[in-house]
Formats: sequence, structure tokens, C-alpha cells
Amino acid sequence: MDKVNLIARLLAVFALLAMSQGFAAGGAALDHADIDPGNKASLQRGARNFMNYCSGCHSAKYVRFNTIGKYLELSEEQIIENLMFNAERTFETINTSMPAGSAERWFGTAPPDLSLMARAKGADYLYSFLRGFYLDPDSPTGVDNKVLGGTSMPHVLWELQGYQKALFSSHTEGGVTSHSIDGFELVIEGSMADEDFDDFVSDTVNFLVYISEPIRSERRKLGVWVLMFLVFFWILSVMLKKQIWKDVK
Amino acid sequence: MTEDDVDRIDRNRRHFLTVATVVTGVTGAGLASIPFLGSLRPSARAQALGAPVEVPLGSIQPGEMVRVLWRGRLVFVLRRDEGMLTRLPDTVAELRDPDSAVVDQQPDYAANETRSVKPEWLIVEGSCTHLGCAPLEDFEPRPVEGWGGGFFCPCHGSKFDLAGRVYKGVPAPTNMRVPPYRFVRDDLILIGQDTGAA
Amino acid sequence: MARVEAEVGKRPEGVWGGLVKWIDDRFPMTETLKYHVTEYYAAKSFNWWYVFGVLAFVVLAIQLVTGIFLTMNYKPAAVDAFASVEYIMRDVEWGWLIRYLHSTGASFFFIVVYLHMFRAMLYGSYKKPRELIWLIGMLIFFVLMAEGFAGYLLPWGQMSYWGAQVIISLFGAIPVVGDFLVETIRGDYSISDITLNRFFALHVIVLPLTLIGLVFVHIVALHEVGSNNPDGVELKDHKGPDGVPLDGIAFHPYHTSKDLVAIIVFLMIFTAVVFFAPDMGGYFLEHANFEPASLTATPEHIAPVWYYTPYYAILRAVPDKLWGFILFGASVLLPVFLPWLDRARVKSIRYRGWIYKSALAVFVVSFVSLGWLGMQPAEGVYVMAARIFSVLYFAFFLLMPYYTSIDKTKPVPDRVVYHG
Repeated sequence: MDKVNLIARLLAVFALLAMSQGFAAGGAALDHADIDPGNKASLQRGARNFMNYCSGCHSAKYVRFNTIGKYLELSEEQIIENLMFNAERTFETINTSMPAGSAERWFGTAPPDLSLMARAKGADYLYSFLRGFYLDPDSPTGVDNKVLGGTSMPHVLWELQGYQKALFSSHTEGGVTSHSIDGFELVIEGSMADEDFDDFVSDTVNFLVYISEPIRSERRKLGVWVLMFLVFFWILSVMLKKQIWKDVK
Repeated sequence: MTEDDVDRIDRNRRHFLTVATVVTGVTGAGLASIPFLGSLRPSARAQALGAPVEVPLGSIQPGEMVRVLWRGRLVFVLRRDEGMLTRLPDTVAELRDPDSAVVDQQPDYAANETRSVKPEWLIVEGSCTHLGCAPLEDFEPRPVEGWGGGFFCPCHGSKFDLAGRVYKGVPAPTNMRVPPYRFVRDDLILIGQDTGAA
Repeated sequence: MARVEAEVGKRPEGVWGGLVKWIDDRFPMTETLKYHVTEYYAAKSFNWWYVFGVLAFVVLAIQLVTGIFLTMNYKPAAVDAFASVEYIMRDVEWGWLIRYLHSTGASFFFIVVYLHMFRAMLYGSYKKPRELIWLIGMLIFFVLMAEGFAGYLLPWGQMSYWGAQVIISLFGAIPVVGDFLVETIRGDYSISDITLNRFFALHVIVLPLTLIGLVFVHIVALHEVGSNNPDGVELKDHKGPDGVPLDGIAFHPYHTSKDLVAIIVFLMIFTAVVFFAPDMGGYFLEHANFEPASLTATPEHIAPVWYYTPYYAILRAVPDKLWGFILFGASVLLPVFLPWLDRARVKSIRYRGWIYKSALAVFVVSFVSLGWLGMQPAEGVYVMAARIFSVLYFAFFLLMPYYTSIDKTKPVPDRVVYHG
């Protein structure tokens, strides 16, 4: 093999290895979310959590109820009873009843649609965000967030998590002092214990990941078949090539 | 084995492999075409928008007709009054298909005298069976002309009676189409869905 | 099927043969097939670097077909575009697959084309008499870059919008006509629905037609002089008594059967990505693009898609808007001149000296490093690194007339090296 050929191939490998950038939120380290796309029970809980706590302000306007129902193995009655509050037919999409114009006035910015948020920000970001609210007396909502500082979102899950305060530490470098959050301390208890709340958020993030690409599991299953076919086809083509090239001296 | 034998085996093997490869390739191409052709089918949104339409009947007076859209198509909902129902059989002799023999034009439950589930209510697609124009209401009887009331298509002059049945001697070949529908309640119909016998 | 020798030449018999003759009397079908396929001779010594041309053709076909089906459901208006992509992904039957094939195809197009161009650099395929093939190829490369750029605006995501904003503003650096040019390209005072609509026309009609025309001309030019080979030996110098090059073998069935293997291997890698990693960690489908374009919120990190980043890194390395633009343009254009910059008497790297080999190695390292650097924020040590590699990139081309003439080459064999 040409030396350059070899080097070029090594470089390709190096290039691929170098591309290991994870999602990072402006420097803050993110907690890892355990996403389990095959866990239908978790997704069902996540769907319920989403509809109860998020859909009041956030739409998921590209997601249809019947799509969720089919994948989560829910009957039409179950969908209508447990998930549909302002929608009537299961083919409808998840819309919020909050008027868009009012939302901007109340919060300063309209709560974004969440259909694709997991693909835009990543599961770890969402997981850390939902668990990252802390008390901040200067904020109009009374809280700020470790992952998205200055967020206009209130601590929607306060009843479950309770309220925590941030433990700051400051670093001075070159005359500039910056503060970072080392951890949190619960000051007002919520109805859920820490692990239970983490599970709650985990289920919800699991659901958000699912709705960001509902076709995911089907695409992977199909991929196996496609590759199997191609392997078979490849073997045939190699045999044919060798046979045809036999008369090349 | 002679050289000829080796040659023959090679040629046969080559032929077999060529055929096998081509067959596999064509199969692959055929399978690969499925997603593309499949994408041409009505999407989930089309199916959602094409979903059955509810029409409340409570506010429709006898003799009055309401127009609704189902799957982008015009549907007439007519509440026939006593007079209209009485006049229905009168002009049967002038109809091309009085017994709704052309089965494509209506579900089984509408293959009757009134072409409907309930005699009072005519639900029919507002599309002339000639070339698709929307027929106009012409409910007033004109006994002199022998007209008992019905629909008149302005495009080429086709006429239909108060059950949507086509007259003889007009360009339209068949009766107006009755869509699938059912009565959810006495005062509510669902167009686009039936249970088979409503 | 028995063949009957007629008075003049061979005439296939039967209904099928009759049909072929009917066509041939009115259209050069058999003649064309012979000239370009069954009697086109290429070296038996082709190695796997030679498959990237046909693979580029395969990717072009994939992009055209998937593109057509996407156009059936995509809406090229700012208010609808993003939603129409999600409509394709979720509501259109198999839409998700067509979309992923197209997005993956875009990246693979550049992977294949870069490797195809690299083959030319390895074996001197741009040297006489193949300079025109190289020029047409470079033109194809420029059109492809424009095609990718126009296509990237269409999903109307955050990166689509802001990436286009940044790159189009670049043209404002041109003195005198810059602002006029920018406004004309955009059709508006900033990137808007108007820009989107015209980029749609470019991406779906203008550039694909141009691409197809250029690829056709590219192949015609190639067949006129014949393909090169890993030894850089001219096949036509040694022909047999029947006029067939001694080292040549017919394109069909030899190269077609070999290319089929390569195509299938390619499809395995391609479909593995499509079905298992279409995002490719955010490189093929960028995270920020899953957010609809917001005219008020700029994403933290605006960078072009990975296949433009080497040139982008060079642009950023220069601390001056106009000179950055000039050098960026120069970096894209320089390879055009390779046939004339390269003064070596030999074509293939196999017979070149250590100077060229080292220079090419440095070039590859620089190009890949620039590509990686283009994706990083322009801060800290990255800035100096980008500058160094930019210099090395330019040096490869600008010093080439010198180092290729002093490079000690090895004697090139008469005939190709083939080990069966």
C-alpha cells in the first residue's frame, strides 16, 4: 500500500475520533440522563407527566396523539381519558391552549414548542435543566436555572421537587471573579424524595426524546434487514467479480 | 478434467452467478422503490383532514339544505319536507336509474326509494356525475313542466330529483353519489363513516 | 442464441435483434454502448481509489431521486418550510427515510468527491492530456458546493438561517460591488422568505441540471483520452494488433463487476449511517438546526457544515475581512491550477521522490486539521494552528512548481504493474 495511502487512512480515523463533541451548555457540566427508548412504561409515565405539567404552556405541535398511542400501546379510550385535555380527536396534534401573544407578554418570550427540543439540546441538557431550578429572589419567577441562566420559565415542578438553593463558589482569574454552582441544597421539601423526582424527570425526558423522533425504533429495526440483504448481495457480487476477472492475466 | 471441462464449469458458474446477482439486484431495486411509491399515499395529515365530519341537524328546517365539506368535497344535507317526500315517486318513469341499480353510487343502506337511512334526510355529494360541477338547488315544483323539484346542473343541464336520482336525456350518466354516513344521534350525523347498516 | 454471419458484419437474429437494428438505424445506440462501455478499455491495474468516480455518480442518482420525492412535500416558504420538513419526517409515509437518505447523501457526496479528487492527486490524473477533465471536475466541485449551500437553507433551521447570513455577508467584503452583490443574491435586505424561494429554485432546478450536464461532459472528456491508472502509464502507447491496449480490459464486464462490489460496500456503509446514525453526532444533521430559524436569537456557534470547514478555517485565520475573503476564494480556486503547478515528469506518486510524498502528506494533514479547526470556536491555540495550517495549505500549491521540478523521480515502467 502507498505510504500516503496509509497515512490518509490513519488521518481519516484520527479525524473521526477527534469528532467527539458532546452537548455542553455554556460551560456547565450536565448530569447524564438514562434514556431507555424501549421502556414503554416509562414513556407512558412521561407522556402523562408531559400532558399534566408541560402542555399547559408548551405545545408539541408536530406530534399526533394517535402516533403516541400506537407506539405506547394505549387504547383510544386511554389516550382520550389520560392525555387529551383540549383536543377531541386522536389524530390531532399536541397543542397548548395558551394564546401565543399572551405568552410573550407574560413570560417575555413564548414557551418554545417541545417536539424537537431533545434533538436540539440533548437528553442530558433537558434532564439537568428540569432538575436545575434554584431560588433567586431577584428573578420575577423567584427562581433561576443552572443550565439556562435567566430563563423565564417558572419552576413548574416545585410541588414535586420542592425548592432548592444553589451553593456558589467563586473563582478569580486575572482580576475577573466568576461564580459557579457546585451543588444544590433542598430548603423546602416537595412531595417526592430525591430519587423519585429524578425518576419522574427521567421518564419525562425519555418521552421528550421519543417524540423528537417517533420513528427511531422502527428505523433501527429496518436497518438490520437492509444490511443483511446487502451482505448477501455483497457476497454474490464478490463471487461474480472473481469469476469474471479470472481471465485477466 | 480437461481444459474444456474447466472452461465449461467456469462458464456455467459465471452464468449462474450473473443471473443470481441480477435477480438479487432487481429484487433490491424493487424493495427500494417501496418507500418512494409509498410516500405518494395520503399522509397522516391527509388522513386526519380527511376524517369524518360531524353535522348537527337540529337547526335545519324542513325544506332547507345545508352544504358541508368532507375530504375537500361538497356534501348536501337536505331535510325533505312532506311535500317533497310525497312528490318523490311521481317522476320515477323519467329517471335513468330509479332503483339505484348502479351499486357504486351509494352504500347498501341508501339503495332504497329515498336513497337515505332516514326518509326525511338526504345526504348526497354535491357533484354532478357528468363532469363534477356543483348542482344548484331547484326545489320548487313546476307542475306545468312536470318538474317535482330537485337539482339542476348549470354546466351542461343535467337534472336530478329530490333523492339525487338522474333524469333520462341529460349528459350525466348516474345518480348523485351518497357518501358513507351514519346517525350518531337523531340530531347528529357523521359523514365519512358508517357501521354498515347505520 | 445462434448468430448468423451476414454479408457485412454480424447481424443478431430474431425479434430482439430486429428491434436493435431498427433503433441503430435511427440512433447510435449499439455504437455508443461499444465506445463507452463494452469496448472502452481501462487499465487492469485499477485499485480501490478508482471507485470514487462511479460512487459519486451513485450518490448523484440518490440525491436526484430522493430530492424529487422531497420536493413533493416540502414547502419553500419561510412560514412553512421547517414545519414541512417535520411533516415529511412524521406524517408522510416513509418520508423519514427519504429525508435521511438525502441528508446523509449530501455528506457522503462530499466524502466521495474529496476522495475522488485525492485519487487524481495521487496518480497525476490531472496531468496532460487530462487537464480538461480536471477543469470540468473542479467546476463540478464548485457547483456542488453551491448546491449544498443552497440546499442547507431549505430546512430553515437556526443553522440554516444564520449560516447563510454569515456566508452571504462575506461577499460584502468585495470592494465597490460587495453590498450590491449581497443584496442581489438575497433579493432582500436580509435573508428572508424571498431568499428561501430563490435558493429553492437554485437547489432543485438550476444547479442539478448544471451538475448533470457537467458530469456528462466530464465523462465524455475522460473517454476521449482514456482513464489514467495507478502507475501513470499511458495505455494507448502499447496496443495489440487488434488496436486494443495491451494493459486494458473492457469496462464491461470487468470494471462494471468490480464497481458493483464497491457500490455495494458503499451502500452498506451508507445505509448503516442512514438507519443507525443519521445525525452522525451532529455533523450530518446539526443540533441547532432542529430549532426553527429565529431572526433575533443567534446560535452560540455558527459554523458551516463539516464539508466546508477547511475553507472556513482559512477564512477565519486571516484577521482582515477583505483579505480573508480573498484567501478563502483562493484556497478553493488554487487546485484548478494543479495541472500547471505540477512540473514533475511522472504522473503517479509511485514514481515520485520523497519531496512530493512529504508535501502531499503535509497537505492532507493540513486539510483535515483545517477541517477540524473550522468546527471549533476561533479562540486560544486554535487561531495559531489555523494560521499555520493555512500557510502549509497554500505552500503545497504555490511552491509546487519548485519542489516538483527538483524532486528526484524513479523511472516509470512501460507497462502497468499488475499482480493478478
